[in-house]
Order: sequence, then structure tokens, then C-alpha cells
Amino acid sequence: MFQRTPACSPPRRKRGEGSKKMPDLLFELFSEEIPARMQAKAADDLRRMVTDKLVAEGLVYEGAKAFATPRRLALTVHGIPARQSDLKEERKGPRVGGPEAAIAGFLKAAGLASLDEAKIQRDPKKGDFYVALIEKPGRATIDVLADILPVIIRTFPWPKSMRWGERSARSGALSWVRPLHAITATFGLETEEPDVVKFVVDGIEAGQTTFGHRFMAPAPISVRRFEDYEAKLLDARVVLDPERRKDTILTDAKQLAFAQGFELVEDQVLLDEVAGLVEWPVVLMGSFDKEFLSIPGEVIRATIRNNQKCFVVSDPKTKKLANKFILTANIEASDGGQAITAGNERVIRARLSDAKFFYETDLKTKLEDRLPKFEQIVFHEKLGTQGERIKRIELSAAEFATHVGADVEKTKRAAHLAKADLLTDVVGEFPELQGLMGKYYALAQGEDASVAAASEEHYKPQGPNDRVPTDPVSIAVALADKIDTLVGFWAIDEKPTGSKDPYALRRAALGVIRIAIEREIELYPRGLLERRIKRIRANLSDEEISEIGDSFQRFFEDRLTVQLRDQGARHDLVEAVLHPGGREVGLLSTVRRVEALGKFLDTDDGKNLLAGTKRASNILGIEEKKDKRSFDGTPDPALYKVDEEKALAKAIDQVKAEAAAAVAKEDFAAAMSAMAKLRPAVDAFFDKVKVNDDDPKVRENRLKLLNEIRAATRAVADFSKIEG
Amino acid sequence: MDALPPHMRPERSFQGLILTLQRYWADYGCVILQPYDMEVGAGTFHPATTLRALGPKRWNAAYVQPSRRPKDGRYGENPNRLQHYYQFQVILKPSPPDIQELYLKSLAAIGVDSHLHDIRFVEDDWESPTLGAWGLGWECWCDGMEVSQFTYFQQVAGVECAPVAGELTYGLERLAMYVQGVDRVYDLNFNGRDGAEKVSYGDVFLQAEQEYSRHNFEHSDIEMLFEQFKMAEQACRKYLDAGWKNGSSRKEHLMALPAYDQCIKASHVFNLLDARGVISVTERQSYIMRVRELAKACGEAWVHTEAGGAL
Repeated sequence: MFQRTPACSPPRRKRGEGSKKMPDLLFELFSEEIPARMQAKAADDLRRMVTDKLVAEGLVYEGAKAFATPRRLALTVHGIPARQSDLKEERKGPRVGGPEAAIAGFLKAAGLASLDEAKIQRDPKKGDFYVALIEKPGRATIDVLADILPVIIRTFPWPKSMRWGERSARSGALSWVRPLHAITATFGLETEEPDVVKFVVDGIEAGQTTFGHRFMAPAPISVRRFEDYEAKLLDARVVLDPERRKDTILTDAKQLAFAQGFELVEDQVLLDEVAGLVEWPVVLMGSFDKEFLSIPGEVIRATIRNNQKCFVVSDPKTKKLANKFILTANIEASDGGQAITAGNERVIRARLSDAKFFYETDLKTKLEDRLPKFEQIVFHEKLGTQGERIKRIELSAAEFATHVGADVEKTKRAAHLAKADLLTDVVGEFPELQGLMGKYYALAQGEDASVAAASEEHYKPQGPNDRVPTDPVSIAVALADKIDTLVGFWAIDEKPTGSKDPYALRRAALGVIRIAIEREIELYPRGLLERRIKRIRANLSDEEISEIGDSFQRFFEDRLTVQLRDQGARHDLVEAVLHPGGREVGLLSTVRRVEALGKFLDTDDGKNLLAGTKRASNILGIEEKKDKRSFDGTPDPALYKVDEEKALAKAIDQVKAEAAAAVAKEDFAAAMSAMAKLRPAVDAFFDKVKVNDDDPKVRENRLKLLNEIRAATRAVADFSKIEG
Repeated sequence: MDALPPHMRPERSFQGLILTLQRYWADYGCVILQPYDMEVGAGTFHPATTLRALGPKRWNAAYVQPSRRPKDGRYGENPNRLQHYYQFQVILKPSPPDIQELYLKSLAAIGVDSHLHDIRFVEDDWESPTLGAWGLGWECWCDGMEVSQFTYFQQVAGVECAPVAGELTYGLERLAMYVQGVDRVYDLNFNGRDGAEKVSYGDVFLQAEQEYSRHNFEHSDIEMLFEQFKMAEQACRKYLDAGWKNGSSRKEHLMALPAYDQCIKASHVFNLLDARGVISVTERQSYIMRVRELAKACGEAWVHTEAGGAL
């Protein structure tokens, strides 16, 4: 039942290894209700902090597991040695006859009364010196625990903690997530009555008394060790293990739904939260009026989930929501839960009538009629109003439309309406429904399906796992929206730095990159910026724009590198293809080059050509340094002395032409095959020809030929940046 | 309690509910105060909470506070949104160790049986930007409905609370709707009588909701309000400056309460302006900050008064 520790964690003893049964620790911190979202991490922190300290104290344990409920954090650590082992340490002191102060310091640090208690270590080279033999007897583990547990309580890393009660007036008052009421800490062997680990934190004395369920079994419970602790809590209506509570909720919820011919709409995040709100989960089903099903399902779900923390259920055939919901209570009520269900139904009815009212009110106003209000809403202090931003997006989207093959008029319309739902009541209430509501309202007012879809789709992709839009209209608006955000923040120099990216610009750039790659749309970041930045800052000079363009281009290259690396591409290949011949490569082209290059380098031709090119580069590097000059320029055919030179020159000419033609068609596989043809000539050249000929003219010519190899390959990639 | 006539019972009448809570907390030892005589957005603004939460002195009080949220008006058409409603406020300093049990017993006193109903403490960190205050606590749920807020004040008016006070705020209309089993606030039985003798919440407040909604959204005098905000802000500063005994020594303050009244005034005027939609998003922040500065200065003055523990 105990968790496996990851490989990097400190060593633990295996059960039964070299020792008899060893004692266990039971530790519980009983408090007022701990926020659900903090429980899992807190349990983990508690386990980590206690076991780290034990190991640091030389106490290697067999296993540990932590748990959390709304009112307690609990930890069991089993198989801890009863004592630390004794420690023998030799401490090196000053040399014999050293300064008095040094000797006094040594005696004090080592705890010796006089030099008679020290040993003298002979050292013929550096001179004899004193050594103190310090014997530190190991302490009883229970005493060590009594020292470390209070420190852990006082330094516990809650995201937010508080003071309370009379003691909060004193300095040094304990901070905890909510008032802490009791501490249980016992240590001992399975077969014996364990001892209480004796310590006091801010007036709370550690003991062996805890409490059951707040309403169903509030009486104090005396516990001895983990096994009886967990069992007694269960009797007192507390399920200690959050996983078990989740299981119960999920199983019962599915069962309840199934029994009535429905299907639970599963929701892991909600399940985690609900399991953190109860110690004794009791799952009940309630219903609401069918008339509310006229509201979009997402709105019903958001209402019931966000506000009431209840699950919704659907019809297994149509997948549409049913007029039922599933709640998780914390008690077995005396009436079997009728009052609880009725109460929740009433709240949900009120919430849904609010939502329905919002939805129906929203439908009364056309999306375009909401737009004037955006003129008053500031998007960002330095970037003007939302109204101005929407106009820019419209303009930009129309430009992208032709590029991505979208209908220009539809794209303009879509961009015009895409943000309008931000001003609707439903989105005001449930911001996570932005875009989706826009789609519903657009469809309701008879907009074209592509136009309506763009309201939702233009926000995508929101991250590495989100879907990328497919409809060209949505693609055009999505690009326009993201590029406007990026260009805007670049224009006012609010770029992401380090871990700070408050406007999620990296995510926006990743969105652009994923659209480019997955929808095969070529984009040149610098150009995108240079064409648009004056719409935001009209007074920028060409120089300034070019500088901002540099940084924009680099940002995209970095993002692309990260993205390709995350997909498993070698980062050196990305480097190698980014600036062939000093020209900028489009996002899509970069990806294709990386793919083609990767494949080529997996072949023998590729490996050998890489080796040959590297060799040429190395020789050139050395000779260029020696002569303090470069060897560009066309080699003179008249100076070729051997056949291998002529053959290489011919191969280079041919490959150059073929590769250039292939690159121009963005056919990188063909470019690579062309390059492969270089290999035999390069191999033969290095095999038969001595570059550093005695005749300086011949030498120069041969170096120029080597330079040609480098130049020919650079049309596709800079081989010198490739590792290996 | 058993001797209560039906019309006085908390589940029968709105006023019965209030009286029951008052009796319960009076019995605990709270001073039962009357509402503060100024417009406030919440019971927390009452100086009995805001100011009394500061300083070392013991303080247990409970009171009903009419609360005004001009923006929440719905012309009487929404079943549970009001621009004027009642909060029942309890402040216990220092927070007693059994404060949760005390709260649950108060629910039992108004007829909420914790063996029948699902009562939950759900995380709700409280922060009042205008008051420069924050605390940690919960929303208290009864069968999925939020019926109270429960906060351990950590800081109020920019001053650390030492000791910490516990604050309980009951939303009286919601709680009454719950115990009376009513879905529309205006249907609440106010006086617990039947037939011709019955007075409903609507009888008392519906017209007011309609009139104030018109006022808050359409007709309130914007110019006057802007002027009032400025005047209240200036007056607050003036009283604060004048209140320091012996001028510059800043050891003892003699007018923290009147100054704080002006801070409350500014806050309410801001809410009215906000409801009229005449404060832009950017300006909004600066208004909130201006009120917070007043609140902080008042808190600073208060801790230099006798009740604030200075003497």
C-alpha cells in the first residue's frame, strides 16, 4: 500500500533488511477547514519535509505516505530506526606549536578541555598537527522527532496562512492555513503501546487525541498508531485517503446516473475539488426544470459546476445534458438526504434562472450593436481601446484571408464580431465561456456558420494540447488576433522576460507557430511585424522598426526552437537551418528543413557529407586564421592539377544548381538528395588531394574549392552548426 | 425558545430570524448594537467592526446593518438581487477557539439542523481593496447555498490585527428565504402573521427597490456626487490632521471616528458613481485607492485613541 519513492529520493531500507521490526511514526495536524485546492500539495509537502529531515538526521525509513481531508493532514512513516547510530568524527586541528588562539579555538570547537585529550598526527611534509576524536552518541529517534516536527509546523509552506485567537497578538505567533486545533504524534513498535512525541507548538501539545466527523462523530478519539488511526477515523465517519473519497464519489455518481438511464459527465478537476470538501462523501442526485435545457449546455454546466460544485449528467445516446445534477454531501442526513437535495435544487434553480435570464437578455442585443461600447474600454494603457484593437484585427484578418484562402468578406465579418461576446452578461458571469457564447449568439442572429465558428475558434490554440482551427476564416482571424497582441506589446516594449510573461505572449507565439505548421501556412515574423507596427505607433522610424523587427524575429526563432525541441527535434538542426546564407526563413520552411535535414543525416550519405563538410570547414578555419584572410571567390579551373579536383568542381556546380532549384520549390527532400551527390566527390577529394600544396596558388585555389563545398551546402543548412 | 409564539419563530418571519440571532449572540456576551446611521456597502464598514477590529482590546459585538450596493439593484424584478439588504454582523476579538461551534449553534438556533442539512466551510479569502483589509476564512454553505461569510481578519485599514478578530456575516434575506422555504425575496414573511395581518418583504421594500434602481442607474446627480466625493475626501483629511493632540507629536488622536465617517461617505458616493457607469476602468482603480488611503489614515488615527488601545 505504500507509495514507491522516485529514483532520485534518498535510499530507504527494504522491509526486514538486516534488522528486526522498527518503529513507526503517526503524525496528524487537525485544523479548521483547509481549502480543497491546497490539500494535495500540503500532504506531499508534509511527507517530503518529515522524511527529508529524518534522512538528514541519518534516519533511513522504510516507507511514508501522507493524506489530507478538509480538516487534517496526516502522515505515516514506518520502519524508522529507534536510535541514530553513534557518530565518530576526527576533526583536524592546527599544527603542533601553532598560534595559541588557533589552539584555543580548536579546543573549544571540538569540546576538549586541554591538548592532552587531542591526538597528534604525524606529517613529515607539512609538520605534525593535532586531531580531536569526537564521539557523538546517537540520539533516540523520538527525541529527534520532538525537535524536527515543531520546526516543520512552523515553516510549513502554505500558499497563504493566517494567525488567530488570543495568541495572535504576540510576536512569533503560529501561522497555519486555518486555526490549528490538535496535533497527534506517536512513535513506537507495532506490537507495543507507542509513545507520544513530546513537543508543544504555540500552546498546542502533541498527543494522541483526534476527532471524527464534524457532525456525525465529533467526539475525541484516542489513537495509537496509523492502522488503528485510519480504522477509528473510518468508524468516526472520516475517509482519510483522498483517493478513496474520489473513488467513492466517482463510482456512486456513475451508478446513480446509470440507474436513471443517464451518463455522468466526468470532470477530474471538479472531482479533485469535491473530494477536498468532504470527509464522508454522500452522493445524491437532484433535478431541475426541463425548461432550462433551452440554455446552451456549456452554460448549464458552468453554472452548476462553478457555483455549486455539482456534476451534470447527459443522455448516453444524444450526449445532450439531462435535467439532473449530482451533488456530494458531507453527511448521511437523518432524512436520507431529501432536505439536502431539495435545498441544492432550489439554489440551482435560482442560479439557472439567473443564467437563463442572462442568456435571453444577451440574445436581445445584436453582437454588432455591442461594439460601440468597446470604444470606452481600455485594452492596455499604451495600446488604446478594445475598439481600436478590433479595427486592427479586422484589417489584419482581411490581409491573412487571401494568404490562407479564406473568403475575405466572411473573414472581415468574423473579425468584426469575434470579440463582441465579451460584453454579454453570460461571459461576464462565466469568463471561460468567451468565444463559445459568441458562436451561439452569432448563429442565433443568422450569421454564416464560418463567421460564427470564428468567435470560438480564433482563440485557439490556447496551448500545446489545444486544437488548431481548421476553417480558413477562423485561421485568418486567429492569426490576426495573436499577431496584433504580439506586435502591440513589441511596439510598446513589453516583452516577456525570464519567467514573467503577464500577457501570455509566448502562448500567443506558440499559437501562431502551431497554426503555421499544422495548417501549412508560411509566415515571416519580421515581415508580419514591419507591415503592422505603424498601425499602433505611427511615429516609429524605419531604424526603430528594423530593430524591433530583429527582436521579434529572434523571439519567434526561440519559440520555434522550443516548440521543435518539445516535439523531439534536435536543437542543433534548428540552429543550422535558421539563417542559410544570411536570409530569413519562414516558420513553415524552417520546420520542413529541419525534417528533411534530420532524415538526410540519418542516411550514410548524410553522415559522410556532414563529415566531409566539417572537414572542409575545419581546414578552412585553420588556414583562414593562419593567413588572416578568407578564401571566397570562384576557384580558377586552370589551376586544377588532378582529376579529383575537377570532379569535385563539377559536382559542386551541378549540386548547387539542383539544390537551389529544389529549395526554390521548397522541396527540401530533393535538395538533400542533390546534396547527397556531392559525397563521392568530396570523399575522393580528401582521399587523393593534398590541400596545402607547395605552390601557394594551387593551395589558394584548393581552399577556394573547399569554400565552395561549404557554400553549396549552406543553401540548405549551415553544417558547421550541426553537432556530431 | 420553546415558548416563542409562532409568529416570532425564525422560520416564520424575517424579524423573528433577526431577533433570534440577536438573542443568541446577546446570550453569548456580545453587545448588541444598532445599525450605523450612514450608508455603507457592508456590515464590515460599521466602525464597530472596521475600527474596533484594531488594537489589543477585547471586543464582542453583534448588529444588523442595512447594506447598500447601488449596482445590484434590479428594479425589483430579480428574485434575489437587491440594492439594499440586511446583513447580520458578529465580531469577536480575539477570535475564540470555538468560534466555528458558536456559529453552528447559531444556525441551530434559527432552525438549521446540522444532522439534516449539509453545512460546509468552503474557502473564501476576503479582501476589501477600499478598506485596505484582508482575511482568510470561508463561505458557509447550507445545502449548496451560501448563507454566511466567516473571516479571520488579518489586516484592517492597513493595520495588522493583533489579536485577530473573527467576523461572521449572515446574509439575512438568503437565510430567511432558506428557512422559510421561499424562492423570491419579496415573498418573505416579514412579521410572521397570516392573512390580512401578514406583511411581506415586498410590502416593505419592493417600492424602494424600484425607486432606488431608477435613482442609482438613471437619475442620481452625478455632478453633486463627484463634488461630494471630493468634499468627503477633503473633510476626512482635515479632521485627521486636526485630530492629533499636540499637533505634530502624533501620539494621541482625538477625532478618528468623525474622520472615518467621511471615509464611509466617500466610499458610498464612489459606489453610486460606479453604478451610473461614469467611472472608467482606469479611473476606477484610482478612486478605490483614494478611499483606501483614507481608510488607512483613519486606522492609523484609531490605534492612537483610547479604544484603539493607545492609552
